[in-house]
Amino acid sequence: MIKTITMAHGSGRGLSDLLETVVLPNLLAEQGSVLEDAAVFQTLEGRLAFTTDSFVVQPLEFSGGDIGKLAACGTINDLAVMGAVPSHMSVSLILEEGLEVALLERVLNSLRDVCISCGVNICCGDTKVIDRGSGDGLYMNTSGVGRVAEGLALSAANARPGDAVIVSGDIARHGVAILSQRQNLGFESQVESDCAPLDELCAALLKAVPDTRVMRDATRGGCAAVLNEIAAASGVSIKLDGSAIPVTEAVKQACAFLGMDPLQVANEGTFFAVVPRASVAEARAAIGGGSAVIGTVGEASRFPVTISTEIGGTRPVENPPGELLPRIC
Amino acid sequence: MSALPSFSDPELARQLLDKIRAVAGCCGAVNLMEVCGTHTMAIGRVGLRSLLPENIRLLSGPGCPVCVTPAEVMDAAGECALKSGVTVLSFGDMIRVPGSTESLQQVKARGGQVEVVSSPLQAVERAAAEPDQRFVFVAVGFETTIPAVALAVKKAEFQGLENLTFLVSHRLVPPALELLRTDPELQLNGLIAPGHVSAVLGESIYEGMGIPVVVAGFEPLDLLGSILVLLEMIAEGTCEVRNLYSRIVRPKGNPNAVALIHEIFEPVDARWRGIGELPMSGLKLREPFRKFDAQLCHELPMEDCGMDTGCCCGEVLRGHMLPNECKLFGRVCVPENPVGACMVSGEGSCAAFYQYGGYTS
Repeated sequence: MIKTITMAHGSGRGLSDLLETVVLPNLLAEQGSVLEDAAVFQTLEGRLAFTTDSFVVQPLEFSGGDIGKLAACGTINDLAVMGAVPSHMSVSLILEEGLEVALLERVLNSLRDVCISCGVNICCGDTKVIDRGSGDGLYMNTSGVGRVAEGLALSAANARPGDAVIVSGDIARHGVAILSQRQNLGFESQVESDCAPLDELCAALLKAVPDTRVMRDATRGGCAAVLNEIAAASGVSIKLDGSAIPVTEAVKQACAFLGMDPLQVANEGTFFAVVPRASVAEARAAIGGGSAVIGTVGEASRFPVTISTEIGGTRPVENPPGELLPRIC
Repeated sequence: MSALPSFSDPELARQLLDKIRAVAGCCGAVNLMEVCGTHTMAIGRVGLRSLLPENIRLLSGPGCPVCVTPAEVMDAAGECALKSGVTVLSFGDMIRVPGSTESLQQVKARGGQVEVVSSPLQAVERAAAEPDQRFVFVAVGFETTIPAVALAVKKAEFQGLENLTFLVSHRLVPPALELLRTDPELQLNGLIAPGHVSAVLGESIYEGMGIPVVVAGFEPLDLLGSILVLLEMIAEGTCEVRNLYSRIVRPKGNPNAVALIHEIFEPVDARWRGIGELPMSGLKLREPFRKFDAQLCHELPMEDCGMDTGCCCGEVLRGHMLPNECKLFGRVCVPENPVGACMVSGEGSCAAFYQYGGYTS
């Protein structure tokens, strides 16, 4: 039984052992197929969406998820917000010498469980081993394809003045959960990552509101980044109602402590939708109780995204300049 | 998104704003300054400038410790980080502060050992956990942060740690207030005094400022209340120190914290980025603790870099100009590529103005 990854698992019989006893049994829903150089599958008729994403999160396991769940949800969500029904996924692993196999098995199981629940077939993959010190334990890449129904034309460029902006749930949980669990930040919280697949919610929204203009999952850069992208691509402005944005008390306190704006903190299971104002009720009914109408699309302006504050002021919402750094005091 | 909902009550805020507008109508042009990075950010975050009458101007003074840290300190930290077996520990927002040629973030990218910590006591823990590695903690900050660093030094001494030193670049608030008080160019009508620093030093440091002073907290109603009281004093022609943050700040401050600072550190002349040298405005470790001085242990030069980047940080910090009046602001100097340190920290005057400022309804 392999307990720790070594360079011997990078090729030849060592690699075969690793694949047959660790990777495949923990990753695939069904065992026994012959390993070919490429997956061959029936053509999906119509239009396909195709996406790829790499995952380098630290720590590898965090409150509310792990790198495997994140890798599955990340790719599934990128497809889902483009209106695609995710169907096939590739999984590439870069393993650092010294990685504990029990951890690898746990994260592969998480990845597999999300794919099974979303009906996604893991059809191809790759495994590499790198020298100790060259990586951070484990990196993953997932790519995925999914079918896009005819008639859908979702794009960040589609927002129009008068449209409503809806968020699917409370924001900033993933970033706070990760930061609170990073070694050496000395800060603890009970916040769990929102990491979750969004395929069902996105499909439900599109069924209820087929003329949904835009859907975007608010990952790195959080709401601020996504809404600025939508405003820029559509040539519009977005006015947010600060009091309508759902943020849990624990996240608010954590962000206040770290000197961060929840609007700029990452999410992994939360998305924004821009819908025609007349369809707001249907959209909210489709997405569910955690959703909220948080803003309105307006004509282009010098400040693409602004927010009303708790005391009635207004301020711009800027795209964060890069990695969020906890402040000194 | 206030951390204390009762201090951001919209109805109370509206009443305070109505009163502010009424009193402001009796005043001419009013310049109010805060000297605390957390105030700078709080003002931006709640969009205060968009609510105040046009004759009320809010200035950000030398209140962000990141902004006033000179380039040579960052150079010295970078030099340490590139030494074999040495790890530099820093508060997060310090790692983007430009040195004379590069920031700690850039040093890290070419192999320097740099780690972010959120507390000086973590530096003690890191050093105790890895006795074969040497650690240098970049000790910046005002009186708010200094007691925690002093405690870390004391703990390192108690634990007999020989692999941890402190690159001490603390700055003191009273000398900065003296600079403002004696500045003939600064037309200041009132001071929003820093809540955290006041919690340590008490109210007496503001005596003799010659302008109305209000010690203020950081919630929206704290800010509105302090602006209203300042305007009332300006309108009446009174000139007092009032404490509107009495839920935290005691008149005499925190004597234990002050005693701890004096036990570990002694004052020295120190350079402030953009401002220059101010007498007795910095700290160095006292003799029994000099073995923890990174500058001595790592033989770091710390000479004045005399940088001339064309950046107007100094003018901004002294309240002579608003950030957007600097010719580099928003063009050459942006948060992704800060020329002056005021653009680095989220609490820097320029970064806050870039992120939140300039908005008018």
